[in-house]
Amino acid sequence: MFPLIFEQVSLGLNSQPKLLLDSINVRIEKAGTLLILGPNGAGKSLFLRLAHQLIKPTQGQISWAIPSKLARQQQAMVFQHPILLNRSAYANLEFALKLKNEHTKIEQQHLIEAMLEQMNLQEHAKTSANVLSFGEQQKLALARAMIIKPKVLFLDEPTASLDPSASYQIEQFLSEVATTSTKIIMASHDLNQAKRLADQVLFLHQGKILEHTEAALFFKKPQSKLGKLFLAGELLWKDNRSLL
Amino acid sequence: MSDIVDAFSEAWQLILQLDPAFVEIVLLSLKVSTISVAIATLIGLPLGSALGLYRFPGQQFINIALNTLMGFPPVVVGLLLYLLISRSGPFGVFELLFTPTAMIIAQVILVTPIIAALTRQTIQDTWAHYHEQLRSMGCSATRAIPTLLWDKRATLITAVLAGFGRASGEVGAVMIVGGNIDHVTRVMTTAIALEVSKGDLALALGLGVVLITLSLIINTLGYCLQSSYALKTHSVLNSFR
Ligand SMILES: Nc1ncnc2c1ncn2[C@@H]1O[C@H](COP(=O)(O)OP(=O)(O)O)[C@@H](O)[C@H]1O
Ligand SMILES: [Mg+2]
Repeated sequence: MFPLIFEQVSLGLNSQPKLLLDSINVRIEKAGTLLILGPNGAGKSLFLRLAHQLIKPTQGQISWAIPSKLARQQQAMVFQHPILLNRSAYANLEFALKLKNEHTKIEQQHLIEAMLEQMNLQEHAKTSANVLSFGEQQKLALARAMIIKPKVLFLDEPTASLDPSASYQIEQFLSEVATTSTKIIMASHDLNQAKRLADQVLFLHQGKILEHTEAALFFKKPQSKLGKLFLAGELLWKDNRSLL
Repeated sequence: MSDIVDAFSEAWQLILQLDPAFVEIVLLSLKVSTISVAIATLIGLPLGSALGLYRFPGQQFINIALNTLMGFPPVVVGLLLYLLISRSGPFGVFELLFTPTAMIIAQVILVTPIIAALTRQTIQDTWAHYHEQLRSMGCSATRAIPTLLWDKRATLITAVLAGFGRASGEVGAVMIVGGNIDHVTRVMTTAIALEVSKGDLALALGLGVVLITLSLIINTLGYCLQSSYALKTHSVLNSFR
C-alpha cells in the first residue's frame, strides 16, 4: 500500500481564487504514526479526505502503491463527530463486517464481542448507538473502524470534543493500534497528545506543508518560524498570514 | 333535536350489531385503501430514494410533478382518471370505470406523491449526514438505500400512515371513478355523501364514527412511533431525573 505520494496536489473552490490546499508534495511511508498538525482551518481534514479518496484534488496526483480502489478498501476513517447508524452498538459493528463480507456469522460474532470488550463497551452491545454518550459513540466509531483490521486508520481529531477520560481511553487504544500493522494517520491540534503518539509530524498551515519530519525533531527544534509559534501555542485561532 | 338523537342511537345500533350492509362498506373501504397504500409504498419508497440519492435528467420535472400532485384537488385527479378509463378513453378497453380497481388507481395517484416526497427528503438529509462515513466503509449510494430506509423507519412509517389517512378519507376521486355503486364500489366516504343527501343520517353518522376512529388510531400510532423514538434518544437525560 505504501508509500502514499502526493505530487503537486492542490485543492480549490471554483468560486474563489485562494487554494484550500496548495501544491502539496509529500511521500508517506509505512512505518510509524503520522500526526497532521496545524491550527484550525489549516487543511488537515481536507488532507485526510484526499488521502482517503473521499474527495478529489483539483490538480496533481495522489497515488498509493496499489490500485486506489483496492487501497481504500483496506482503510478506515474516524471523523471528528461520530456518525453512527440508528441501531445497536453491536449492529453498528456488524454492519462494517457485513460490508466486507469476509467472515461467517459466527466469526463476526466473535470479532464483535472481542472488540466491544476491548473498548469496554460490552454492556452497551444492545444499546442504541444514538443514546450512548459522546465519548462512547466515538469509541464505537473507532471500534467500527478497527474491526475490519484496516492497513491504514485515518483519524480526524477523534478526541477533540471528548472529556479527558474518554480522550485518554481512545489514546490508550491508539497506542495499542500503533504496535500492530495498522498505520495511523491522524489530524490533531492537541500538542500534548501529538507528542505522546507521533512518530512523524506533518505540519500544515493555510493549505501548505511547512514541515514533514520526525516527531522528536519537530517538537525539539521546529524548522519553520510558524512551527515555532505553533508549538508556543500562539498559532491556534489567529490568521497569521502576515507572518509568512 | 330528537332527529339527531335518534340518528345517533341508530348509528350506534349499526356499529354494535355489525349491520351487514354497514360492515360491507367499511371492509371495502379498508380493502381499497390498504391495497392503494401498499402499492403507493412500493412505488414511493424506491422512487423517493432514487430522487434523494441520484442526479439524473428529468429529476426536476419529477420533483415538481410530485409536489404538484401532492396538493392536487382529488376531484380533478378523479376527473382526469375518468377521462382516461371511460369507454371512449385511451384505456377504455380495460373496462375499469366504476370498479374497485379504478378507485385503487385513483388513490395510488393521490398517495404515492406523499410517500415519495417524504422519502426523498428523508433519504436526502440522511445521506448528506452519512455519506462520507458510508463511502469510507465502501458502501455505495445504491447499497446504502436499505440502510437509510431502515434507519429512518419511524419517519417513513409516519409517511405511510399519512398516506393511508389521505386515501381512506378521500371522497371526490373515488366518487367519480368508482361511481358509489351499492355492494360494488360504495365506500365510507361516498356512502356518507350519499346518505346525507338522502337525509338518512344514521348510516352516515355510523360511518363517520368509524372514519374518525380510524384517523384517531392512525395518528396515535404515528405519535407513539415518533415519541418512542424521541424518548429513546433522550433516555440518557431522563435517567438523571
Ligand atoms: N466544503 C468546503 N467549502 C468551502 N471551504 C471549505 C470546505 N471545506 C473546508 N473548507 C475550508 O478549507 C480550509 C481548511 O479546512 P479543514 O481541512 O477542515 O481545516 P482543519 O485543518 O481545521 O481540519 C478552511 O478554511 C475551511 O473553511
Ligand atoms: Mg478539521
